[in-house]
Amino acid sequence: MMSDTQTAPPAVTSVDTPRRELPWRAALRWDSGLVIVLIATLIFAGTQSSDFFTQSTMFYIGLNMGEIAIMALPLTLIVMTGEIDLSVASMLGLAGSIMGYLFEHHWNIYLAMLAALVVGAVGGALNGALITRLGLPSIAVTIGTLTLFRGLAEVILGNSTVGGYPLSLTKIGVTPIQGTQLSYSIAIFLGLAVVCAIVLHATPLGRAIFAIGLQSEAAHFAGIRVGRIKFWLYVLSGVVCALAGILFTLKNASARFDAGTGLELNVVAIVLLGGVSIFGGRGSIVGVVLSVIIVGCLQQALTQMHVDPQVQNIVLGGLLLVSVIVPNGGEAIRRIRARTRRRVPA
Amino acid sequence: MTVITAPLVRRMFRAEGLLRARELGIVVAIVVVFVATTINNHAFAEAHSVQQLLTGASLIALLAVGETLVIVTRNVDLSVGSVVGLSAYVVGDVFVKHPGTPAVVGFVLGTLIGAVVGVINGLITTIARVPSLVVTLASLYIVRGIDARIVNGKRIDPVNVPKPFTEVGYKTVLGIPWLAIIVALVVVIVGYAMRTFRSARDLYAIGSNPEAAALAGVPAGRRIVSAFTISGALAGLGGALFLAEFATVDATGGTGYELSVIAAVVVGGVAIFGGSGTVFGAALGALLLNTINQALVASRISSFWNQAVAGALLLAAIAFDRWVGLRVARRMQTAEGAHRDV
Repeated sequence: MMSDTQTAPPAVTSVDTPRRELPWRAALRWDSGLVIVLIATLIFAGTQSSDFFTQSTMFYIGLNMGEIAIMALPLTLIVMTGEIDLSVASMLGLAGSIMGYLFEHHWNIYLAMLAALVVGAVGGALNGALITRLGLPSIAVTIGTLTLFRGLAEVILGNSTVGGYPLSLTKIGVTPIQGTQLSYSIAIFLGLAVVCAIVLHATPLGRAIFAIGLQSEAAHFAGIRVGRIKFWLYVLSGVVCALAGILFTLKNASARFDAGTGLELNVVAIVLLGGVSIFGGRGSIVGVVLSVIIVGCLQQALTQMHVDPQVQNIVLGGLLLVSVIVPNGGEAIRRIRARTRRRVPA
Repeated sequence: MTVITAPLVRRMFRAEGLLRARELGIVVAIVVVFVATTINNHAFAEAHSVQQLLTGASLIALLAVGETLVIVTRNVDLSVGSVVGLSAYVVGDVFVKHPGTPAVVGFVLGTLIGAVVGVINGLITTIARVPSLVVTLASLYIVRGIDARIVNGKRIDPVNVPKPFTEVGYKTVLGIPWLAIIVALVVVIVGYAMRTFRSARDLYAIGSNPEAAALAGVPAGRRIVSAFTISGALAGLGGALFLAEFATVDATGGTGYELSVIAAVVVGGVAIFGGSGTVFGAALGALLLNTINQALVASRISSFWNQAVAGALLLAAIAFDRWVGLRVARRMQTAEGAHRDV
């Protein structure tokens, strides 16, 4: 109980609270904005790069974005409750390392994968327990587990690289699903996205997640098991990130402890660009899916234009900035006007 | 009058004492790690090794000072790592293009670059009233992108960095590295300001209760912009020191520093949701993390354990803080209750 009040959304810095709309209406407007951005991106990509509208482009976008996109789904649910999970990319690396280590020690590959998923669940449970049982701030806890998980991966694999997986599995990094242009990872993402969308937007659990994000305490008094839901969301995040780690390892046909280092911020950026409020209570899965597609298309187009991947960061950062400023821009201008008006007569 | 104020004063002293105890705790932890490692491996206490210990912690400690100011106001600055990279390269680039530039210019320029990024971060956060986590995540990417654009695949060659500049990175005074002296100076100055100046106390007020601070007439927006500016400026100075220390930098300089800095700040006892913590604690947190890293190396424990231990320690520090916090809260509650009864 104590934990609920302590982990409440941290920084509602505004003194005058803005008008609150129904959550789904705000999301709808955001999503339509994203669709416009997506169309603009496609036009930009099509005019700037003659190779963009070819079959293989779609496959490569899927291949590049798959794991990040998968990790973005549970993170969306967590951010919706007003918390955050920065340990996602480290869990990806840890799961891949466990799988590689066990495979190297003559485990059956499927058993090794299962073990990786179990480790994901345990790691997620550690996050969840520290946050909901001890009431610690999730940003601090998951920076801690970010370091811990990556460190454990390093302890397990050291500098070695483990390869030699069955060809039938590693082909997911080379070929799309037969008869389509979808990479396996993006297909899994789409499947998971449908499940998440249904859970979030059409079940009592989904409503509970919105409620926790809007007012954790009120949700608690309305009979929602705030702590338990958060705990299981972290377990889910651990398992799903472990799955991403397995896919990442198979895609590259090798396991390394530093796989996916630094991806956590990309995942957070995608979730935020998808219109999920960092304070919780607002967002939609559709928005996150659109955000994945936009970022994927942009990166692919810029890469085809031979823009350095590091320089591409300007575009990602710019989009992120615009995405938070534009919805708040009207408010800000009104506030500044009100202030200047107040000053003149006084 | 005295009857009412006496317990109040005593309570304040006790809270202050606990705060000190927090920093004392980190110092004790550093000493314990240091002594234990030295018993194991005498070379750990040699001057050269201790110098390395201080130098290695300096950069993160410097960034942690600025980050503390921002976190105390319930905000966060994720852009520091990118600012280090940008400032380091631009300063190096100036040395390449204008040989003979005095070393001081390099430090001033680096600080200014960082301050500009900080002002922008602060203004966007306060004017548009958007969460600083998002704003500084965006500027992390944008600044890194601009850096990569300027670097354009090159790197600064150590030959081009003037000697007086790099000497700051490795020379010592009375056995103490220049880097550590500069950072210690910054820590003392900012630490003193944070205890003494009204404007600095405002940062704590904003962080503990934004609404109350606004009602009490604290110019929150201006203060938050200042906090971001100082954080940016120190990160920019850190970039110049990065170049002085390593004498070379490419497009990846400072990558990932932001999380190490926040880790140091949290270990140092600064509450992540604002309102409490000192820059002394944050700097000591950086020193503790680096001491543990070096201790693992000196104990010939595989360096592969570094991160795992650092992560576990971080979690322990947060949990410990929470435990202390709960105890203080309980004690204050009982004290208040007793007071009411009287």
